[in-house]
Amino acid sequence: MAKIKSLEELMKIKENAMKGLKMRDSGKRGKVIVAMGTCGIAAGAKDTLRAIVDLLEEKGIDDVSVVQSGCFGLCDVEPTIEVHLEGSDPIIYGHVTPAQAKRVVEQHIVGGKVVGDLIVKRGEL
Amino acid sequence: MSVEDVRVTVTRIYEDISGQSLEEGDILINTLHAIQDHYGNFIPIEAAEVLKELTGTPLSKIYEVLTFYTMFSTHKRGKYVVRVCKSLPCHVTGGQAVIDALKNILEIGFGETTEDGLFTLEETSCLGLCGVSPVMMINDEAYGNLTPERVSEIIHEIVSRERSE
Amino acid sequence: MPAVENTVLICAGGACISAGEKSVKGVFEETLRKYSLENVVRVVETGCMGACDLGPILVIYPEGVFYQKITPENASRIVEEHILKGRVVEDLLYVGDMGDLRERPQEELPFFTEQVRIATRNLGVIDPLSIDEYIARDGYFALHKVLFEIGTDDVIEILKKSELKGRGGAGFPTWMKWDFTKKAEGETKYVICNADEGDPGAFMDRAVLEGDPHSIVEAMTIAARVIGAQKGFVYVRAEYPLAIERLTHAMKMAREYGFLGENILGTDFSFDLEIRIGAGAFVCGEETALINSIEGKRGIPRVKPPFPANRGLWQKPTLLSNVETYANIPPIITNGGEWFSKFGVEGSRGTKVFALAGNVKNTGLVEVPMGITLRKLIFEIGGGVPGGKKLKAIQTGGPSGGCIPLELIDTPITYDNMKKLGTIIGSGGMIVMDEDSCMVDVAKYFLEFTVEESCGQCTPCRDGTRRMLEILERITSGEGTMEDLHLLKDLGENIMATSLCGLGQTAPQPVISTMRYFWDEYEAHVKEGRCFAKKCKSLTRVVISKEKCVGCTACSRVCPVEAISGSVRTPHEIDPEICTRCGSCLAVCRFGAISKVSP
Repeated sequence: MAKIKSLEELMKIKENAMKGLKMRDSGKRGKVIVAMGTCGIAAGAKDTLRAIVDLLEEKGIDDVSVVQSGCFGLCDVEPTIEVHLEGSDPIIYGHVTPAQAKRVVEQHIVGGKVVGDLIVKRGEL
Repeated sequence: MSVEDVRVTVTRIYEDISGQSLEEGDILINTLHAIQDHYGNFIPIEAAEVLKELTGTPLSKIYEVLTFYTMFSTHKRGKYVVRVCKSLPCHVTGGQAVIDALKNILEIGFGETTEDGLFTLEETSCLGLCGVSPVMMINDEAYGNLTPERVSEIIHEIVSRERSE
Repeated sequence: MPAVENTVLICAGGACISAGEKSVKGVFEETLRKYSLENVVRVVETGCMGACDLGPILVIYPEGVFYQKITPENASRIVEEHILKGRVVEDLLYVGDMGDLRERPQEELPFFTEQVRIATRNLGVIDPLSIDEYIARDGYFALHKVLFEIGTDDVIEILKKSELKGRGGAGFPTWMKWDFTKKAEGETKYVICNADEGDPGAFMDRAVLEGDPHSIVEAMTIAARVIGAQKGFVYVRAEYPLAIERLTHAMKMAREYGFLGENILGTDFSFDLEIRIGAGAFVCGEETALINSIEGKRGIPRVKPPFPANRGLWQKPTLLSNVETYANIPPIITNGGEWFSKFGVEGSRGTKVFALAGNVKNTGLVEVPMGITLRKLIFEIGGGVPGGKKLKAIQTGGPSGGCIPLELIDTPITYDNMKKLGTIIGSGGMIVMDEDSCMVDVAKYFLEFTVEESCGQCTPCRDGTRRMLEILERITSGEGTMEDLHLLKDLGENIMATSLCGLGQTAPQPVISTMRYFWDEYEAHVKEGRCFAKKCKSLTRVVISKEKCVGCTACSRVCPVEAISGSVRTPHEIDPEICTRCGSCLAVCRFGAISKVSP
């Protein structure tokens, strides 16, 4: 990576990264964001992350990426994940244990139907 | 662990750290952290003598730092240091029951180490995980939403992992 | 809270309510409590599911089993059969087409709608390991602006207009700090970030470092440019290993992109950062103690003045702010000072991150405009006190702050108002306490903390707080006198007046404040040997009612100290001499025969 020296270079990175954040032209159908702050990890986020990665692999789903973020603040419902599929609003789920993660993968990512009882928030933060 | 071993090890760690730092004169605490990590949760008292020679800092100043900070220990501690939060947010959400459970399961009190050398139990002030209180840390791993049952599961998991190794 | 194993949705649409949903829910929850399942099964009321003629409807997850036409009688059957034994109750199963059922409609929670996220703008939104995603959210544009578009005096002017005050606790105007350090004489200057977050109940700094580390790197680089520093330190407490890891990574990436190191963004400005790790000493959150600790010494505070702005790290001019303060800087520079001061109220501008902890439903971090009332913060955004309990008090400002009683929760949160109530906003920790908390016990808890964390340098703090703790121990064990209460107050006021640093000057605050609002509790402890909340062990006994006890032996089996005697089918008894008041027996008694009493 060459060092950035101008506003144009900065803008270019911004535009490219925006595509990733908004998921346009990323070549993926969607992404799952697991909140991995220490509070999330303390509530079991590592197991949740592992379960999601394993499930996607098991089902041969390779057009949905799994990424991490910090915590968005509602510790009470940790572990939390956000499912963001192209063309639809991101959904934040709470209390996602590995068992619940299985439901999210099967029902939402495969079936395209949101898991009503786990929803914490619809739409962007 | 002979005095000579400590000398060699501490010297290596010190040189390593002073190579990384861009500033002189402030590396004592970082070096102590690294020594403690190397020996697994404690700092052999002989290390102070070696650091005196390496840094030219008076021995009294080194002891001063070594004993002031609660995370440094000159006593050998267990492989797993269990640090349970004793602050108010954990207290009002059932922290005392968690502390009692830890003492019962490990059969030790605060500042003590189990006979098999696996666990040392310590109390800590707020770990900043109040959103998932009560909490504890085992070495660098945090555990939240604790109950006496959950504590028992976590400890037994570590014990059985250790036994199978 | 333990892991939730089942989620039960009860339809609370208009039709189901009229069909008896409330009593179904009541019986359902009561049965859960009977089997001690209330913590592993979450009961949620949902909006109309659309099968109104079959109501009340109930769905159990994770299996996704639908039950219809539930009555209070078969609600308890569902708990006993389905939840407890894992057997589906066939005759109550929903028989219609699943496609007929609607998703639960989601109303936006006040937790989200009331927030204005500035310092926490990127938390949970970006990948903290991706510098590109930080840039996508306008990251490092403020740095570019400061280097190419505006002068350093303009930055000070923007901060002045923003009216941002230090978010670490003292609330000193940020622009003044920057201005003093900028004007201080000397070639070598330093920028320090205080990430030694130690107040019990505060965790916003950890969340920012873990979720958005670049905001700190960018802000500190801007600060360095403005005051003329070449070098900066982030002092992070060792209890935050993940924060250290993420920040280290952010610094590395920033160097690669040319935002840190030599010739930043191609200019002649150079600046670099290093991390210093604390080693478990609360007092290091005090700025001069922190400076001593970075210098590799014991973390004891220095006498002020001179202030760090003139003589800080290695006696050089030093700018020292906390994590949340820095996190506000880049958006303020990008959007202007007026943009920030438009939030909040006179004297307390902008937003503040509060950490909700303790007996509150939505524990977590919220960023709201200052001037919001405590009621709104705790009850609307925080969702209130769980378990049907009553709010008793809110502790703010950690060991330097005080308690605010229920009667005063309509107060808008401002620096001035908090001072009038005898507490401080501090770093923004809010510990919510329900009716089960004893305020004398809470005060004792904070004193234990201060005694443990006092650095020992000055006598009022080192010895004074210990004497205060001894008095509080006497009171909570029923041996206190009225004279003790007055002595406690006197001593507290003296310690506050004569201690060297902020730690000692505020340490008695939790005692003084609880005495102010809960004097009757203190008096009851002393005069009647009574603890209202039945928390103080020496003043409380656990007793078994002869009338209600059926002699099931459940209590004697769980008692860890074998204090309970009695044979099968005869009323049991607790020996108060052996009993530790741990409450294990209370939790297992299914007949409500055991209770805590305080005379």
